[in-house]
Amino acid sequence: MSELLKRFKGITEDPGLSFTQKARYLSLEAENSLPYPELDEETAKALEERVICDMYEGHVPFKPRYVMPDYSVVLEKGSAFLELEPATTLDEAINSLMIAYHHVPSVTNMPVFIGRLDNLLLPYCDEVSDEDLYKKLKLFWRYLDRVLPDAFMHANVGPTDNRVARTIMRIDAELKQIAPNLTFIWDPDVSSDAIFSQACESIIECSKPHIANNPLHQPLFDDYGYGVASCYNVLPLCGGASTLTRINLREVARRSKDTADFFENVLPKYIDLNFRLTEARIDHLFNKSGFFESFLVKEDWISRDRFTAMYGIFAMAQCVDELQAKEGRAGKYGHDETANQLGHRISKVLYEVVEMRPMENCWRGKAMLHSQAGLSDDDGCTPGVRIPYGSEPDPVTHVQALAEHHAFYPSGVSEILTLDETIENNPAALEQLVKGAFQLGFREFSANVSNNDLVRITGYMVRLSDIAKFKECGGSRINTTVLGAEAAETGKILERAPRVMSHELAPRYSQ
Amino acid sequence: MNLPLATVSKVLKFSCVDGPGNRLVLFLQGCNFACPTCHNPHTMKLCNDCGDCVPECPTGSLTIVQGKVVHDASICDQCDKCLDVCPINANPKVTQYSVDDVLALLYQNKPFLNGITISGGEATTQLKFIIALFTAIKTDEKLKDLTCFIDSNGYLPEAAWKTVLPVTDGVMLDIKAFNNTLHHLLTTRSNQRVLATAKLLFEAGKLHELRYLLIPGRTDSDEEIEDLANFVRALDTDTPLRLNAFQHHGVKGEALTWPTMKEPDVERIAAELRSAGLTNVVVPAVYI
Ligand code: SF4
Ligand code: SF4
Repeated sequence: MSELLKRFKGITEDPGLSFTQKARYLSLEAENSLPYPELDEETAKALEERVICDMYEGHVPFKPRYVMPDYSVVLEKGSAFLELEPATTLDEAINSLMIAYHHVPSVTNMPVFIGRLDNLLLPYCDEVSDEDLYKKLKLFWRYLDRVLPDAFMHANVGPTDNRVARTIMRIDAELKQIAPNLTFIWDPDVSSDAIFSQACESIIECSKPHIANNPLHQPLFDDYGYGVASCYNVLPLCGGASTLTRINLREVARRSKDTADFFENVLPKYIDLNFRLTEARIDHLFNKSGFFESFLVKEDWISRDRFTAMYGIFAMAQCVDELQAKEGRAGKYGHDETANQLGHRISKVLYEVVEMRPMENCWRGKAMLHSQAGLSDDDGCTPGVRIPYGSEPDPVTHVQALAEHHAFYPSGVSEILTLDETIENNPAALEQLVKGAFQLGFREFSANVSNNDLVRITGYMVRLSDIAKFKECGGSRINTTVLGAEAAETGKILERAPRVMSHELAPRYSQ
Repeated sequence: MNLPLATVSKVLKFSCVDGPGNRLVLFLQGCNFACPTCHNPHTMKLCNDCGDCVPECPTGSLTIVQGKVVHDASICDQCDKCLDVCPINANPKVTQYSVDDVLALLYQNKPFLNGITISGGEATTQLKFIIALFTAIKTDEKLKDLTCFIDSNGYLPEAAWKTVLPVTDGVMLDIKAFNNTLHHLLTTRSNQRVLATAKLLFEAGKLHELRYLLIPGRTDSDEEIEDLANFVRALDTDTPLRLNAFQHHGVKGEALTWPTMKEPDVERIAAELRSAGLTNVVVPAVYI
């Protein structure tokens, strides 16, 4: 039997995987047995050495990484392809969404974005009592977790204070499910204090929702707006992101003689190579895959010209520490002013280059910089610009150290603050922390409360009790548990004071 | 003008257990009680420059300059060996803060703060500083919405409280015991002033929270709990009462042989207090 066939066989016989998980890994292995889009030698070498990385999205990009449909289309107009009439009641609207989700691809084959649900459902709620709304949404929530068990699946509510947003946050805190992940979009001019407080109380309950700072995001997008998907990716609605590639900044620093060499030679080189990788993948998606012939485009759920490319970076902490050592300085990232400023300077350079470089087949003709939250096997590298697990300073110092980065990451920067459970008796402290963070320029805010079973690993949620069970007897219904178990062991993630999780993190079968 | 300085053992920029919302907390050095159960015993006394800790420091952070022990924070690795060897429960790592120093800290962290809390040691042993600081905050356009709290053991006499209360928004007050002999054993002082403080603060509308430390076999007896219930009821049944559970974390000396307070017992006592009519009893979020 060839190596490949042995691998297939291994997957089919792995007792730790459910049959859907087996099917998924088999399809990934099949895709990855095909040749990669053509890369020049230098790019291929950098990819091979994993200085740049394609997130193991697969060798043959036949679907965008993140699809952010405008689901209002299917609700208001129905779908000829899916033979759906326009929705007229809340039941029909929820039912249409449940159907729609199954036709929205993503890197994981599960939808990573299920809509700004309050905007979508409110028009159907006028005749619905509070009690019925609660019952219907609760069933909907249970369906999402059981049928689409991917912690990267992401719902959005806010910024207005409305019945649907309030009810969803209430149900989410009650059920404490991994899926869906949830973002509350906050806008101090629009959101009421009451709904903001509810969001904070819910974080204390279950480490969800994630809070997005609307005044910082909205101006970057057009009237069509944006959504937050997966692990805190802020992307144009009615489009999404074709691909996410990323630079391992630690590896770039290791290949540099000193800080000057890093900025003048090595970083520019790998920035360019990562662009080439991105372009090759986008070219395949747009010009060879036929994806944009899909009914999703024909029926206007998505638009071909609204897909951006996410240009990711990670291991900022290790990169800065490496450069500090090369300069003979002891100060560590996250704790030392000089180290922190070096980090800010790197982010600024990255931002400027990404903004300048024209990109074909990209929304607005350029990529968007992203502080990438990590795969489950990142080998000692810290997600994005985060401070390493277990060494985070107090939450205020933490925010102060990182705030300056946020301006440079328009497609999202996921940071997780670990709070100890004493916060339970004092939600006002959490509210003030979020407000302070947003005032300092945080684009988004996520927290883990340390006694919550439900925690964020790198951007997706896992249940600690599931990981324990998974290790004991193998097998989990939820895709991210596998990812989380791997992340917890290799990434020292559970050493983190407290944290959050998301779902694209298991892109390969890793036995 | 001779502005007061504070001797500070620690500053926290984030605390959700020292009053409403997030608070900047200043821990002042020095206490007028000597509780064996203290979980920060090194905050009790002011350093007398005996120098015993200097040779123990592995990083060379401590030196003697003109008869004074000086600490270099830039090379200290916070191993706390100096605290372990100090014969009098003092701390060589304290910093002197002026009112302006603290105002600068508040400016820097203002977006994150609901207020400031002065804790200890015993905060009120440095009363002049507190009055000067709180007065400055209350008259500063950018800071005056911060609330000013004190965490106290209540030993400050009534007349002195009256000088600080006009600029204070609230006080968290510890009551260690109701039986005066027991109080003596636990603190080396009488509880008369503490109980008078509680009443005074309540009447002034500044009693933010009462705290009571449950120590098995000492302060968890039926009589103590009954006195506690009666005392709180005489103020207002809705007075916030936080039950703390004695744990060994940080404790030095004899009290390490005392048993720790377990969650089920705390819950039982909380239930008793609630059925005695108290409506605002808070139990610990964690037991460490
Ligand atoms: S904690 Fe004390 S003993 Fe330890 S390094 Fe600092 S000053 Fe020295
Ligand atoms: S801290 Fe203690 S041991 Fe050190 S000099 Fe002061 S009194 Fe002496």
